[in-house]
Parts: sequence; C-alpha cells; structure tokens
Amino acid sequence: MGKSRLSDRGNKLLVWIALVILSFPALLPAAWMVSTSLKGDTQVFAAGGKTAPPVSLASLIPKPIVVKNYPDALQAIPLRTYLRNTAFLCIVNITGAVLSSSIVAYGFARMRFFGKEVLFLVMIATLAVPEQVTMVPVFALYRALGWYGTYLPLTAPTFFGVPFFIFLLTQFFKTLPEEMAEASRLDGASEWKIFTRVMLPLSKPALATCALFQFMGTWNDFQGPLLYLNDPQKYTLAYGLQQFMSKNGGQWLMLMAAATVFTLPVIVVFFLAQKTFIQGIATTGGKS
Amino acid sequence: MTTPAPSTLGSRVRRFWRQNGAGFLFISPWLIGFTLFMGWPFLRSVYLSFTSYDIVSPPHWIGTANYSSLLHDDPLFWKSLWVTFRYALVAVPLTTVVGIALALLLNVEVRGQAIFRTIFFLPSIVPSVATSVLFVWLLNPELGLVNGLLRAVGIEGPAWLTDTTWAPWSLALMSLWGVGGSMVIYLAGLKDIPTHLYEAARLDGANARQSLRHVTLPMLTPVIFFNVVMGVIGAFQYFTQAYVMTKGGPEGSTTFYALYLFQRAWQYLDMGYASAMAWILFIVVTSVTAVLFTSQKKWVHFGR
Repeated sequence: MGKSRLSDRGNKLLVWIALVILSFPALLPAAWMVSTSLKGDTQVFAAGGKTAPPVSLASLIPKPIVVKNYPDALQAIPLRTYLRNTAFLCIVNITGAVLSSSIVAYGFARMRFFGKEVLFLVMIATLAVPEQVTMVPVFALYRALGWYGTYLPLTAPTFFGVPFFIFLLTQFFKTLPEEMAEASRLDGASEWKIFTRVMLPLSKPALATCALFQFMGTWNDFQGPLLYLNDPQKYTLAYGLQQFMSKNGGQWLMLMAAATVFTLPVIVVFFLAQKTFIQGIATTGGKS
Repeated sequence: MTTPAPSTLGSRVRRFWRQNGAGFLFISPWLIGFTLFMGWPFLRSVYLSFTSYDIVSPPHWIGTANYSSLLHDDPLFWKSLWVTFRYALVAVPLTTVVGIALALLLNVEVRGQAIFRTIFFLPSIVPSVATSVLFVWLLNPELGLVNGLLRAVGIEGPAWLTDTTWAPWSLALMSLWGVGGSMVIYLAGLKDIPTHLYEAARLDGANARQSLRHVTLPMLTPVIFFNVVMGVIGAFQYFTQAYVMTKGGPEGSTTFYALYLFQRAWQYLDMGYASAMAWILFIVVTSVTAVLFTSQKKWVHFGR
C-alpha cells in the first residue's frame, strides 16, 4: 500500500464509491416497501392470463402511482384505531418511565442510604436477566389481578422505574455540579424541591434520550400485546399488522401500505430528534 | 466513660429512618417494582419449573420431571437450542464485522458523510414487525425483489423462508439490515480514540493498514466487547422476527429457543415446562456471558 493514507484524495474517492455501492442494500428494502404500497394489482401480480411483470430495479418506480392501497388498508385493517392505541400507550409509558426513572436515579446519584451500592448493582444485574425467566409468574400475577386483556400489563411496569433509564440518568446526574444543589439546600430547600427545581431542568437532554428510547420500545413492542391483548379494538400497530398478515396472506399492497404507516412516525421522530438519537445510542455503548 | 444511653429499638429505627428514609423514598418506585415484577417472579419461576402448571389450576409438584424430559425426551428442545446457538455464531460475528467496517468507512470525511450515516442508520430503527413483514415480501420466491434481481443476472434464487436449509440463513442475513445501531456505537468508539496515537504510529512508520491493526482495532475492543455481549444476549431471546415470519418453520428450522418456550407456555399451556426452559436459558446465557467476561482479559484493551 506504500505510504498512502486514507486522507489521500484517491482513497477518499474509493471510500465514497464503496459507500455508494453499500447504500443500495441499505436503501432497497425500504424503497421496495414504499414502492409496493404505491402500486396497483397488475403492476405486481399475475392477472387476466398475464404473468406477473418481472421485478427489476426499474420496477421500483410505480407506473402509474396508485394511492388507493392506503385507504384500502385503513378500511381492511383498523389502522386508525391501532394508531390511536399505540400513541396512547407511548404517551402513558413515556410519562411513567421518565418520571419514575428520574426520581429513582436521583436517589441513587445524590442521596445516601443503607445498601445503596448493592442495590444499584442488583438493578444493573436485572438488565441481564432474560425476560423469559420471569414471564410466566408475571403473567400469572397480572391474570390474578384481573389485568389480562387490559393495557395495565403494558403500562404499569414503566411507573416503577426502568432499570436501563435509571442507570443512564444516575450516570448523568452524577456529572452535574453539586454546588447549585448545595446552595438550594442551604436556603432550606427539600431534596424533592432540589430534584424538581434544580436537577430536572438541567437534565433535559438525558430525559429526552430516555423518552425517545421508551417511545421506540413501546411503538415496536410485539411480545407484550401478543401476551396480554385479546380484544382487536385494543390492538397496537405492531400486533395488528402481524395479525392481519397471518389472517390475510398475500395482501401485499395493503400490507406494505400499513407497514409504511407504521414506520413513518419513527422516521419522522428520528429526523426531529436526530442528535438525541445518535448521542443516546452512542453513550449506551460508551458507558459500559 | 459512662455507659452509652441504652438505645431502644424505637429510637434506633427513628435514627435509621432519619439517615436513610429520604433515599429509600426516592428509590421506592424501583424497590416496589423490583420486588413485584422481578424478585418474586424470579424465585417463583424456580418453583414453577418443578411443577406441572397450566395457569388455570394451581401448580402441583412433580420434582425434576420437567428437566429430565427436556434433557432426555425432547428433541425439539435440543433442536431449538442448536438453531439459536447457530444463529448467534453466525449473526453476531457477521454484524460485528459489517458494523465495524461501515463505521470505519463512515469515519472518513467524504462528501455526503452525514447522508451516508443516516442511510445506514435508518433501517435499524424500522420497527421489527414492519421489518419482518417487509422481508417476507422481499424474499418472496416468485414476486420478491431479491429473487427478481437475482433472476436479472441469471440466477434462480431459493425459496428463502420456506426452504429448511435457507430459512435460518435468511434470518441471519436479515439481521444485517439492522446493523446501524451497533454501527453508531462503533462510530462513537472511533471518535474516542485519541489522535496522538495515530500520530505516534505514523512517526513509527506505520501505514494505514498497520495503524488499523495496531491502533484502531485494539482501542475499539471495549466497544466490540459490549456489542458482542449484547448481541449474544439478544440472539438467545430472538423471538419477534421468527414468530412473525416463519412461526418456527419450515420443519422447525427456525424454531428459536425463545419461540419454542413461548409455544410451550402459551400454545400448550405447559407453564411448568416453560419455566424449566426459562431457567435453562438463564443458565446458558449467564454461562456464555461469563465466558465472554473471562475472555476479555485476553483481548479487550482497557485504558489508554
């Protein structure tokens, strides 16, 4: 390779070309999803004695663009209901997770109490316990409480602090300067007041990261609804989409329209909160 | 010195509360949640694993029968364990290598760097059910894009998800589409490598390949370690994609451990059996993680 380094112009061009080539497999699946959702039957399937049109890169562009799969999907799959349910669960869980996790994290970061270090380690350890280990007893518990078929199993746990968020926020609170809290303490402020008036306003970026992760978690959650929901009126997008696919195989145009509707909000949130997203994920890996 | 005033139990409790009470109040949501949703179920599932339990009627003790039939009379148990191990052995190295390679490429300042980063990251945030539905369509043997493109260059692609030999590999390949998450972590790791190390390497006459081998990769090992551990833990709980795309078929070739456990528990209502499976899973995951942690002395480079 001689003395050439990657900063050289030629090498940069090679990197650029590699990135362009690799972009194809990264982009094509999503492009195919949107493209299918905008096609008519005859553009995809064999019809009227004709075989299905061949699939190629050129066929990625729908000719003509057909919008009707979207209203069709809204009819066939109660997408509006699923969307409302999913959004509702997201709002409840974000509220619960951010509130409870920040309170607990403040305790771990700034308070002194017996057994703190051990309890913190126990909390970290729970992150490594596979969900399957507690799944059956937890299910039995919710069933005994009469929560089966309600949203409570999908929401209540987030109000008791999410260990991963508690960990992130504890690390974050520890980086904040002690002086401001100390000053308010001398003015006679209670710990609760210091937490709500001093710490929380300084922690917006970290709280936003947790809110974002919780949004992603709830929006994507499949196993929870699968275990606990039995009323189609209560289905979420993730569960409703899977149910529709397993009951109406082959409705690819509508399925791709529904999958696009399901994915779009996540993409929008990504572009609105790009920085929070990337930094959040990056700190996740860096802190360990 | 006079004898200390005899402290009554009450005064001790009061003093303990004065010193610790506020802290405990702050962490009380987690303490309660941990006890209810983690601690108690954790112990309860040990007990359930020694019972026959269908959730409707109370569990009854059957000793080690669940474990012995799992180990001796259940070929599907062994098969699902093998399917899961094999997936982890392929998908984790695959996503690690591709994740690092992409991060290295994206770390070079080229035109459109930010756009490329977005392009490679976005697939990883597409909800897994949407990804699963999309890939069933994408891998459709007759009408899917993958075989369509292969046909254009004269290759007749396989029936990806309905062929016993191809189905598990299709899922492993699909995992590459979500590599963006770990890629971002590697990128952050690359950013943390101090530039003076590269300068020192260059002064020592190292070329690009040598500084990759002797500076970049060693400095990246803590991040690689983190991603490998998370990847392995994730692989052992691989469920949603298999459930949505193949339901474990064809012929059990994608019956992952977590999927088989789910079927046992919720389709056969064999909750005791499923609890025993869960505990074996726990032991396997803990052992593999422990092995990884012991191995880190050999290859993970800490400190600067």
